[in-house]
Amino acid sequence: MPYNPALVAPMREEMVHLGARELKTAEDVDAALGDQQGTMLVFVNSVCGCAAGNARPALRLALEHAVLPQQVVTVFAGQDLEATARARQYFAEYQPSSPSMALLRNGEVVHFVHRHQIEGRSPQSIAGDLVKAFDRHFGAGAVA
Amino acid sequence: MFHPGHHELHGVTVVVETAGPLTYVGRFDTEDAAGVHLLDVGVHDAAAGGTREDFVRRSARFGVRSDRKHLVVPRAEVARITPLGAMES
Repeated sequence: MPYNPALVAPMREEMVHLGARELKTAEDVDAALGDQQGTMLVFVNSVCGCAAGNARPALRLALEHAVLPQQVVTVFAGQDLEATARARQYFAEYQPSSPSMALLRNGEVVHFVHRHQIEGRSPQSIAGDLVKAFDRHFGAGAVA
Repeated sequence: MFHPGHHELHGVTVVVETAGPLTYVGRFDTEDAAGVHLLDVGVHDAAAGGTREDFVRRSARFGVRSDRKHLVVPRAEVARITPLGAMES
């Protein structure tokens, strides 16, 4: 059962303020991820106050870096159930967890951040790993 | 502490190694007289094939494939508990 929308509203707004585009339906997801070109970060949002509470600030810090994904989109696990399930079909090789992040390049998952790589870590530390992934997969030297 | 007011490992994805062939990977919930409570648990039985190391490595890289929603591991069977995030993928 989805969470109370009022409870998750601040968590949604935090992502929108970062510049992320919310995908609330399976159709939204297909429009964004189907035949995806260029670079993209998909953030699977979560109500977990500790894991997601560090993951969102981590993404904010990472998005201050010079090398960035061309698009940032987000689905909300436990809230937008259909959209989340559809998004996970695009990175089905990875087991579902939330929060989590998938980095895509031309439709291919090039890097994945699982919940267990977020738990107990500071936003700065998580952001550091994200920045390295941005440089490696989205930087000038990345293979197209 | 990851979740204030709870066990220090509450909410953390952990590897629970036992003295026997079974290894579990799941989210630590709590611990009580019955044992260690795990959620969304992947179970590996070395007696059925494959190594514990490969199971843990694959879980770290691709995530935890949940075989059981909730599982209690008796404390006497637990040899070691390690956060999955601390394991090399």
